[in-house]
Amino acid sequence: MRVVVLIYLWLIFAPLPLQLREFRSKKREVFEDVLEERRQSSDLRYAMKCFSPVIYRSLVPCKPSMLKAMVLESDQLQYVIKQISLESGEPLDAIQEQATEILDEMGQNLNLAAIRMFALTLSKIFKRLFQKVCVNEEGIQRLAQAIQEHPVVLLPSHRSYIDFLMMSYILYTYDLALPVIAAGMDFMGMKIVGELLRMSGAFFMRRTFRGNKLYWGVFAEYVKTMLRNGYAPVEFFVEGQRSRTCKTLTPKFGLLSVVMEPFFKGEVFDTYLVPVSISYERILEETLYAYELLGVPKPKESTSGLIKARKILNDDFGSIHIFFGKPMSLRSLASGRLNRSQYNLIPRHLSHRPSEEMQKFISDVAYKVELQQIANMVLSPGVLIAAILLQNFPSLDFSVLVDKTVWLKDLTEAFGGCLEWPDNMSSSKVVKASIELHSNILKLADGEVILFENKPNDPLTEEVVFAQAVTLLMCASYRNQLVNTYVRPALVVLACKMALSSSRGDVSRTFCFLRNLFSKEFIFFPGLKKRILKKEVSCCQNVI
Amino acid sequence: MVLPALREWMEKTFGASLNHKTTSRASLNVSDAPPAIVNEGFIQDVKAIGISFSQDVEDRVFRAHGHCLHEMFALREGMFKRIPDVVVWPSCHDDVVRIVDLACKHNVCIIPFGGGTSVSSALECPEDEKRTIVSLDTSQMNRILWIDEKNLTAHVEAGITGQDLEKQLAESGYCTGHEPDSMEFSTLGGWVATRASGMKKNIYGNIEDLVVHLKVVTPQGIVEKSCQGPRMSTGPDIYHFIMGSEGTLGVVTEVTIKIRPVPEYQKYGSVVFPNFERGVACLREVARQRCAPASIRLMDNAQFQFGHALKPQVASIFTSFLDGLKKFYITKFKGFDPNQLCVATLLFEGDREKVLQHEKQVYDIAAKFGGLAAGEDNGQRGYMLTFVIAYLRDLGMDYYLIGESFETSVPWDRVLDLCRNVKERIVRECKERGVQFPPLSTCRVTQTYDAGACVYFYFAFNYRGISDPVHVYEEIEFAAREEILANGGSLSHHHGVGKLRKQWLKDSISHVGIGMLRSVKDYIDPNNIFGNRNLL
Repeated sequence: MRVVVLIYLWLIFAPLPLQLREFRSKKREVFEDVLEERRQSSDLRYAMKCFSPVIYRSLVPCKPSMLKAMVLESDQLQYVIKQISLESGEPLDAIQEQATEILDEMGQNLNLAAIRMFALTLSKIFKRLFQKVCVNEEGIQRLAQAIQEHPVVLLPSHRSYIDFLMMSYILYTYDLALPVIAAGMDFMGMKIVGELLRMSGAFFMRRTFRGNKLYWGVFAEYVKTMLRNGYAPVEFFVEGQRSRTCKTLTPKFGLLSVVMEPFFKGEVFDTYLVPVSISYERILEETLYAYELLGVPKPKESTSGLIKARKILNDDFGSIHIFFGKPMSLRSLASGRLNRSQYNLIPRHLSHRPSEEMQKFISDVAYKVELQQIANMVLSPGVLIAAILLQNFPSLDFSVLVDKTVWLKDLTEAFGGCLEWPDNMSSSKVVKASIELHSNILKLADGEVILFENKPNDPLTEEVVFAQAVTLLMCASYRNQLVNTYVRPALVVLACKMALSSSRGDVSRTFCFLRNLFSKEFIFFPGLKKRILKKEVSCCQNVI
Repeated sequence: MVLPALREWMEKTFGASLNHKTTSRASLNVSDAPPAIVNEGFIQDVKAIGISFSQDVEDRVFRAHGHCLHEMFALREGMFKRIPDVVVWPSCHDDVVRIVDLACKHNVCIIPFGGGTSVSSALECPEDEKRTIVSLDTSQMNRILWIDEKNLTAHVEAGITGQDLEKQLAESGYCTGHEPDSMEFSTLGGWVATRASGMKKNIYGNIEDLVVHLKVVTPQGIVEKSCQGPRMSTGPDIYHFIMGSEGTLGVVTEVTIKIRPVPEYQKYGSVVFPNFERGVACLREVARQRCAPASIRLMDNAQFQFGHALKPQVASIFTSFLDGLKKFYITKFKGFDPNQLCVATLLFEGDREKVLQHEKQVYDIAAKFGGLAAGEDNGQRGYMLTFVIAYLRDLGMDYYLIGESFETSVPWDRVLDLCRNVKERIVRECKERGVQFPPLSTCRVTQTYDAGACVYFYFAFNYRGISDPVHVYEEIEFAAREEILANGGSLSHHHGVGKLRKQWLKDSISHVGIGMLRSVKDYIDPNNIFGNRNLL
């Protein structure tokens, strides 16, 4: 069967050039560990350093309070307020009042003193939690350039609450303008911490405000005002929430369309979208996620909860890789695709429901961003080990595991995955170190690596089943990080097996069917354009 | 006049250097001109009716172009692919009727020619035109036929230039008040054919407001109305088919135009604003209150600095000391950033008393937007800039500088965004195309309307090191126009479409609109005698 599959793959994709080497080397950007310097010099001095960040060149400096006043006085919001007043019969003042309240509830309060405090405490915390925090320097330079040129939107992947703290921390470290961050309302409920987050640039949005015209009006105008003025880079998560399974979630379009609007309307010359990939060797919330997946409700975010969680400070969470992708110019993305003159005939303060063409464009961009995030993720050895153990549980001989891990590593790299694999260590040491890091789910005993103990004589109590399920789910989350690398080749192979005949047309049709079927499960670029399809499967052909 | 600051400005802005010079040809190389396609029958008939004509190469080349950059370049270092084959000079309306008849009879192509100041490639001969191309030069039809003081109208032949028209009307104490920047050369007929706009339209109106009656010779006969009623409800206004027809339907021979007594008093003025945004806000307020002076224009910072470079040598130490004081007051005392501030120039006209009153009103509004009155000199120099700019372009070409201006009209709420984006687009496109020095990319708001404004862009760059500067220039202008349209600007406020902007006309006026124009053309001129191929 394998031979047959290979032949079809070859038949289908033979005309494509071999681009594998290029694909591999592209990823080898140099990472720098930002914690290294923290471990050597004073955190206090770092927190008190002279902070004169790179900012947008045509920025008109303004305070958070001025920003709010601008939003409240804006034509857009005033129009919405008038409309609501007309519809509901409530007096204008009352609605204006409500808008002010919403804005106060939402607004950030970026404050350098708070930032410095965060810089100090986060330095302490991160040093205890993580071995390394690696950042691609080239990405930082590109970002610095972008921030000066045009308004910037930072779009990180979302796996942990650490994500946005880390982003601000890094921008502070590299003297870049600190972002304002769209955060969930959950945090605002936290005593003190909520306010602190606000002062570090977080603004809060309700999870659902469908149908609440006023809320939407205030929120959209607030984000757009910050973007138009180049007040600060705007940061939010395209995935909308933390992925509990480590699979990239399908994108949300609402906020993305808001940040694109100033460009569509010509209010800014261009906007840069910067995909950021944050890869954790071990995720802080790993156990919580597993519980959540099993139906245990998410604990409410609270300051006391946070203090209780401080025991994790004694744990080791390995290293983090943060990859700042190439800034995507919205202007370039839209050029030749969108006719912006569709906005010409409507007054600018009226909100304009995006045309179908526009919606398609927004969705395409969202997927492009996520695919970039995925492409720049860094995989750790633990991911490979988890994948192998899941097919060999409950346990596997250590030396077999090492062999298989190395094999999977080579295969993954061949398929374009980017791995963090220390070159100066023997493979068995790498695997051992990784097992140690994940000691909460993995054990090495008597030359056997054990995922969970399964003594045949023990009764299967609810606790045991539950514990096993938790371990299994955590393990699966790690394995899921491989999914993005393998999903396309896997579908090709599956298509070869399923296709009615072995003709090229049948196989590609089946592939398209499968790709479509799983389009909500994995991240594929929407639509079935030939060019994209070819590109997608070219890596499979190269490897085989 | 000596302009001491110009050289420094040119060097600083473009990296131009007086050591790098290109020289244009001293005279035309006659043998380069494409051979004439001669329709002997037509020539014989023209001779027979005694209308003067010429087949001389220089006469023909002279009428083969307008004032677009690529045309200037072709004149300096190349040759046009197609030029008129014969030039005719009718001396009155009846001559034109005879020429058009002969053209129909012999199936030759007529391109009407007035002042030759087109900046839309409208005068360019279609390369693939196989028939004889006749350039119909209206310059001999330049008389004022009568002045009607009861109705304040004048009946004028269409070939008269703006300058002559105003001069001759002034002898009787009147003016039209229509002053496009090109008025030295451009003609009344040309204004009608392109829907021209004048600097002082706030008082006198644009050409469509000034025209009372038209006489137009077309292949189907003469178009005119039978009375001079000031307004009519007689279906769509047929004059609006003519205004803006750009020589595709016929020749405008006579125009009855509104006249006004020459104003008693004229006063220039200027206002400095801390930045362009405030300036635009002020102009918008002036338009809202409908109190715009005869002319009000707002230059951006780059153009203000350019204007400064054109300051003539100062007469005495005292004036230069005064200049210094003024500068000190504005930048240090008032805190204006010299790299942000911008200037509005004003021109008031009318009774002395009313002018002074009007002036105060406008300055009061300006003050609300942080504007400071900055004197008459600055204002006057601002208007001078308008007229010298075309000459400066020729000078610049000697030093590897090429430039052009283009215009648009745009609703008020989009003025700032459009200006910023178009200027930025120009800078960016230059960079992408390997222009080594940052270009001059500047704009000004030149007209205010109730619902919007007219914006003018000037754009110039140093083309040293670029092999095909005209092509690069055209690509950049193309991009700039796309940007204008994407930002809600119009295809043209008054330059017209010609052949340069044809490709966008359909998107601008819809395909049905194009069909309407097409059907008029097909009825009036089925054999495409007026075959300059503008617009459609």
